[in-house]
Amino acid sequence: MEHTSWLTGTLTYLAAAVLAVPLAKYLGLGSIIGYLAAGILIGPWGLKFVTNPQDMLHFSEFGVVLMLFLVGLELEPRRLWSLRKPIFGWGSVQLFGSAFLLVVAGVTAGLDWRIALVAALGLAMSSTAIGLGVLNERSLMHTSSGQSVLSVALLQDVAAIPILALLPLLASAQAQAEGSGWLGAAKALGVIATIVLGGRLLLRPALRWIARSQTPEIFTAASLLLVVATAALMQTVGLSMALGAFLAGVLLAESEYRRELETDIEPFKGLLLGLFFIAVGMSIDFAVVLTRPFVIAAVVVGFLLVKALVLLAMARLMPLPKVERPVFIMLLAQGGEFGFVVFQTAAQAGVIDAPTSSLLVAAVAISMLLTPLLLVIADKWLIPLLAGQTKKQIQEIDEPQNESVIIAGFGRYGQVVGRMLYANGIHPTVLDTDADQIETMRRFDWRVFYGDATRLDLMRTAGAATAKVLVLAIDDVEQSVEVAKMVRENFPQLTIVARARNVQHYFELLELGVTQIERETLDSALMSARSVLEQLGWERHQARTLALRFRRHNIEQLLKMAPHRKDADKVLATAKLGRQQLEEQFAQERAQAAKRQIRGGWTDDSDALDTAPATPALERET
Amino acid sequence: MPTNSLTPVPDNGRRELPHDVVVITAHPQMEHSRVNRRLMRAARKPRPDGVPSSVIVRDLYSLYPDYLIDVPAEQALLADAKLIVWQHPIQWYSMPPLMKLWVDEVLSFGWAYGPGGTALRGKDLWLVTTTGDSQASYHPASYNRYFFDAFLPPYEQTATLCGLRFLPPLVLYGAHKADDATVLAHLKIYVDRLHRYPDWPELSELLYKLPDVVPEDARPDDDEEEEQEEQQRKEAA
Repeated sequence: MEHTSWLTGTLTYLAAAVLAVPLAKYLGLGSIIGYLAAGILIGPWGLKFVTNPQDMLHFSEFGVVLMLFLVGLELEPRRLWSLRKPIFGWGSVQLFGSAFLLVVAGVTAGLDWRIALVAALGLAMSSTAIGLGVLNERSLMHTSSGQSVLSVALLQDVAAIPILALLPLLASAQAQAEGSGWLGAAKALGVIATIVLGGRLLLRPALRWIARSQTPEIFTAASLLLVVATAALMQTVGLSMALGAFLAGVLLAESEYRRELETDIEPFKGLLLGLFFIAVGMSIDFAVVLTRPFVIAAVVVGFLLVKALVLLAMARLMPLPKVERPVFIMLLAQGGEFGFVVFQTAAQAGVIDAPTSSLLVAAVAISMLLTPLLLVIADKWLIPLLAGQTKKQIQEIDEPQNESVIIAGFGRYGQVVGRMLYANGIHPTVLDTDADQIETMRRFDWRVFYGDATRLDLMRTAGAATAKVLVLAIDDVEQSVEVAKMVRENFPQLTIVARARNVQHYFELLELGVTQIERETLDSALMSARSVLEQLGWERHQARTLALRFRRHNIEQLLKMAPHRKDADKVLATAKLGRQQLEEQFAQERAQAAKRQIRGGWTDDSDALDTAPATPALERET
Repeated sequence: MPTNSLTPVPDNGRRELPHDVVVITAHPQMEHSRVNRRLMRAARKPRPDGVPSSVIVRDLYSLYPDYLIDVPAEQALLADAKLIVWQHPIQWYSMPPLMKLWVDEVLSFGWAYGPGGTALRGKDLWLVTTTGDSQASYHPASYNRYFFDAFLPPYEQTATLCGLRFLPPLVLYGAHKADDATVLAHLKIYVDRLHRYPDWPELSELLYKLPDVVPEDARPDDDEEEEQEEQQRKEAA
């Protein structure tokens, strides 16, 4: 490539993105629409700055690969395994259900069954870039609809391989040489095995070795190399690059370098994805659109409706919360980048002719353009209708903070901590991810930032590197543990004061080295126990002392159990023994007290005018 | 009325009854008490003659099991009273810890003593206490080595610094072993005195002993000012 053309190209893309994206965001349309619009603007049907979008499309597709690597990093193998049912179950329902209905629709409309099948398979695919991109943009990855979108996207990645292999078979009746098919399968399995084994055994030591060089840019280079190498390896055997990157991500999800990898890859992913959307915008063939506008419209509306129908049925059967359904449906209804590949391959193999192919590609591209627009509409009208209230887009924390205390999670727990601190002149930096919650808190003049505390960059912005204390009050156990882990690794100076949902959570935090942990219900329950004792006639001070002693004993027991928390029998035995010891100890004390009173020859019943017994009945019985 | 205790009870705080006598009682383990509990209850009982009782009883360990004393409420009660009774067992030759915290916080600088600290002036303070050991043990020849009176100067001086008249204490020795008759007799004297106050035979002979010279910066509740307090005590003596 010539030096000047490289410069003009970069200039065009960057300028288009920098102008279009903030403008689109300002109009409340989201960044994806901005990129797509920029693409249309500079593309062959706009200002003609770029005339051959295909190269850019191929190059920027790597953004999707990087994104799947990042998604993989978020998914530990254990969690991926727990997703196997939604992936293969619901994923297959989506893909094959939609494809089947689309074939039926195509054949009824009088299409050749082969064309109908290719079109159906291509259109049934969704855009991972848009789906996961939107999930990330809105921090919806952890919601149930987010997980469902991810599951379906993963299945599509897996299914793309046999579908692409199937296309040439459709062209000619005669099958390809059996041998090469088997050989290909064996190769593919071999590569996956290599990635899994290599990832398990080699990647971590390699990364450790690189990290020891203390050269940040080399670590970044290594991160990129890792993804590129995996992708290349997958491609040589005809597998999806994105799938390979995803696998590599999953394998590194448990490594201590996860956060660094994430932070390093993130900007590349963002830029490449942006380019990808620009390329999609550029590749909309308006010539086709203009010559057969009604056919295109019918195809777009038709396939969106069919897919939406299948997704709606899935959402009801899963079931997903009503508020999350529109997003779930919209994120999977559109066609996707796999569609482009499917149609191109099919056209090359001669299954469909070139005009049909470009018509379908245009339909997919338009559906991709529609998705963010539909989302905006859904946000404005549909979701508020379902949720029964309006929701505002809330700005993520972006200005660096430097308070000495950070509170992550500002629900019922974090709020009490925060109010107490405020009352004493401490102004913590507060992070929460619940937009409604933030909205409400802001109405009470709280400075609450929108921010996912599991993200290293956000925590850095929140001032984690200089703060003294992090109040970890997130109610989601998994996220809480994730934050604790990340903070212990990256901000060792930051003391974690944690809320534990339950004993298991307590143990997990303890294992990460967190020492200031409070179980969220222990103290209020003990307060209630005090009230009960008081109602039964115990002296208030005695009730307090007993509760505090119970508390101490309880925590001692917990710490004793912690080392063998995974051995259920031992935990049970220790717990039982502990309870027995405490009961015996208290019983002995009651007996001694009773003896003392008898020795003194004292009975208090003579005091007839007093209503409440001075010594509780229970105590006298023992 | 602010709620200060960790678990506020509805009647925690000031009652709108007229009262001349406030009994401040403290026993960390009232449930094990033999005599102090009965003293407290006796003080709470309505008067046998049907006259409305002017006695208010503050059971500190019950009001403030978490040691969070409602200082304004306590001060308001004291301000309205004429006689303040401290009723508690002697523990380690002194008062129970919450009682001491009450003294530290309620008898505050600028309110009970110091500049403008005249809220308690002219009132009476009466110590009603019990000891675990016998009277005989409080003797130079026995294991307690001092007469019981030798342990009282901190009480007397606290009263004096606040302008309170320190009335002769009512002491029940050997409360663990006292027989029923002795306790009943003791209770009778106690209740009788509470109800008859200020009509006590010896009261007219007791003079209010106001501190002669109290420097404005006298701070008996502050460790750093111990020397000044010492000096002040010498001057008073």
